[in-house]
Amino acid sequence: MPEPTHHGEPLLEVKNLVKHFPIRRGFLRRVVGYVRAVDGVSFHVMEGETLGLVGESGCGKTTAGRSILRAIQPTSGEVWFRDPVLGRVDVTKLGRDQLRQVWRNMRVIFQDPYASLSPRMTLLDIVGAPLRAMGLAKGKELEDRVAEMLELVGLRPEYMRRYPHAFSGGQRQRIGLARALAPNPKFVICDEPVSALDVSVQAQILNLLEDLQEKMGLTYLFVAHDLSVVAHISDRVAVMYVGKIVEMAPTAELFLSPRHPYTEALMSAIPRPDPRPREKRILLTGEVANPANPPSGCYFHPRCAYVQDVCAKEEPPLEEISPGHWVKCHLARELQLTGAVQV
Amino acid sequence: MLGNSVLVEIKNLRTYFHLPEGTVRAVDGVDLTVRRGHTLGVVGESGCGKSVTALSLLRLVPSPGRIEGGEILFYRTVEEAGASSALTDVIDLAKLEPNGREMRSIRGNQISMVFQEPMSALIPVRTVGSQITEVITLHQKVSEAEAREIAADMLARVRLPKPRQALDDYPFQLSGGMRQRAVIAMALCCRPKLLIADEPTTALDVTTEAQILDLMRELQKEFGMAIMYITHNLGVIAEMAEMVAVMYLGKVVELTDVRTLFMSPLHPYTRALLKSIPQLTDAVTRGGKKPRLQTIEGMVPDPYSVLPGCTFHPRCPERIPDVCDRVEPGVSEVAPGHSVKCHLYSSP
Repeated sequence: MPEPTHHGEPLLEVKNLVKHFPIRRGFLRRVVGYVRAVDGVSFHVMEGETLGLVGESGCGKTTAGRSILRAIQPTSGEVWFRDPVLGRVDVTKLGRDQLRQVWRNMRVIFQDPYASLSPRMTLLDIVGAPLRAMGLAKGKELEDRVAEMLELVGLRPEYMRRYPHAFSGGQRQRIGLARALAPNPKFVICDEPVSALDVSVQAQILNLLEDLQEKMGLTYLFVAHDLSVVAHISDRVAVMYVGKIVEMAPTAELFLSPRHPYTEALMSAIPRPDPRPREKRILLTGEVANPANPPSGCYFHPRCAYVQDVCAKEEPPLEEISPGHWVKCHLARELQLTGAVQV
Repeated sequence: MLGNSVLVEIKNLRTYFHLPEGTVRAVDGVDLTVRRGHTLGVVGESGCGKSVTALSLLRLVPSPGRIEGGEILFYRTVEEAGASSALTDVIDLAKLEPNGREMRSIRGNQISMVFQEPMSALIPVRTVGSQITEVITLHQKVSEAEAREIAADMLARVRLPKPRQALDDYPFQLSGGMRQRAVIAMALCCRPKLLIADEPTTALDVTTEAQILDLMRELQKEFGMAIMYITHNLGVIAEMAEMVAVMYLGKVVELTDVRTLFMSPLHPYTRALLKSIPQLTDAVTRGGKKPRLQTIEGMVPDPYSVLPGCTFHPRCPERIPDVCDRVEPGVSEVAPGHSVKCHLYSSP
């Protein structure tokens, strides 16, 4: 179990988080199995830090984010959050009223800027909704706050009475950000916030996220599949594969010297904007394991280039092999792996 | 310069969409050349007209879009064209009836296409095998059983595990990467001279994307086909293309070989685009302070507007007042094979 290695206290501590979705079949809708979407995930996020969570589709990164927010009820595990009012609480055990309090400080922005904004609400309604629902502001005060938020994310306050259809993808993502930040939260889960945007707009939003982090003292859990984006924005990165964290380390260390074969393969696969010939690429064979019927031992062993007998039999533990560098691999100490960047 | 190696030459192509709100000039005077056996990359942000260029080539532009002018010359050798007296036969695809006999005999046969979303490129209620054999029997004089053999062979070549079994699978039974392999098999089963790939890996994960890109390069070597590779991802362009056309608002703003594009880009838009992608090396070697990403100010203007002068001038950091906002720049060839559409490089 990774314990905080930084000084100070973590804002969020996730311990052994599990989310299994039942698979029901037949007339009686009997449970015939489980999709192990998140299967024992532990990490912490320090105040003011950005933790990147990367992995391919279906690895459980979004489900992990949702379970932490308790937008869905996790199957088991603990999510300790340091709330400014309630103090250190386990979000998974909170009652309705306390959860509402925690949600003031734990917010989310979504991937699709077209699906996540109601087309029938004006910006005032959208950005003002959390303030109204939490009883934080109303009337003139609400309008002032919305105007302030719109300005903060780089939109003109005069647009307050317009509807989302009048805005481009990048502008919509700014609206979603204004809505998330309206109650002045401490922690924001960014779930693929730039993957639906064009490169030039993506850069604008990434810069905005960094500026706001500094200005408002925000802490981010940045969920994404694009490794270059994650490397750019994160202080530390956790790599997920089939519901489990397989490696976690400070960004530079992870990209320079990965210790898990999956991380190495993932980095090798990134298309690099550099036409010069590069070192031999590692091509993974086969497909991502099925989380409803995962392989024995290490989930990655059927695709791993360095596989040993032990890998199919025993699941390796997530071990700290150097300060702050956690790896879930039997061979973590022996392998010499290639990073995304050679120095 | 051109000679026999040219396969497709697009000249001053204009494809407009006449909508009640106004006219969208999706493709507005594009010149491109695809050489036999080579890969031309077309890169640009959404709405730049890269997909419409491809659809124009195949004459699949959806209504109310129309090709307003220009030529799409398709060069074929005698055996490819069938009965023809000249050594090469040139056909202007822009003049053909979109659903006429001739266009239908070319589309899916000599020129085929792989789309972005492999699920919507396959009919969900028909087996993969029946969809591939349909293409084969349509263009080749073979029996149903022979077509099935060709299809199975093609699925094996795109490294679909258990190809014979996959023939009887429905699309939903295959994973995203496998579906894209099946779609590629379908596109290649008539040995096209040109494969148009429109963001074929955008919907896939990076490790699957790497597999598909590798496969496409291998198949290109094996079949000797030309590829027109359309994407917004500059990383993919660096891996796949030999020549690259950068598009902005329906126009090609820079055209050069891939190395020059990344090492010494000239057009302000190309340069800004390259600077706006996060670089792994910057992220990793930073000493505490994060380097900020450079952005392109403003956004792509709304598609109905007709901008005077260079269409990039409102966002261009190097615009020349009274020139760029008035006069449309011509295309200047700054070096052999490297052309730029920008006043900064036009000879006086």
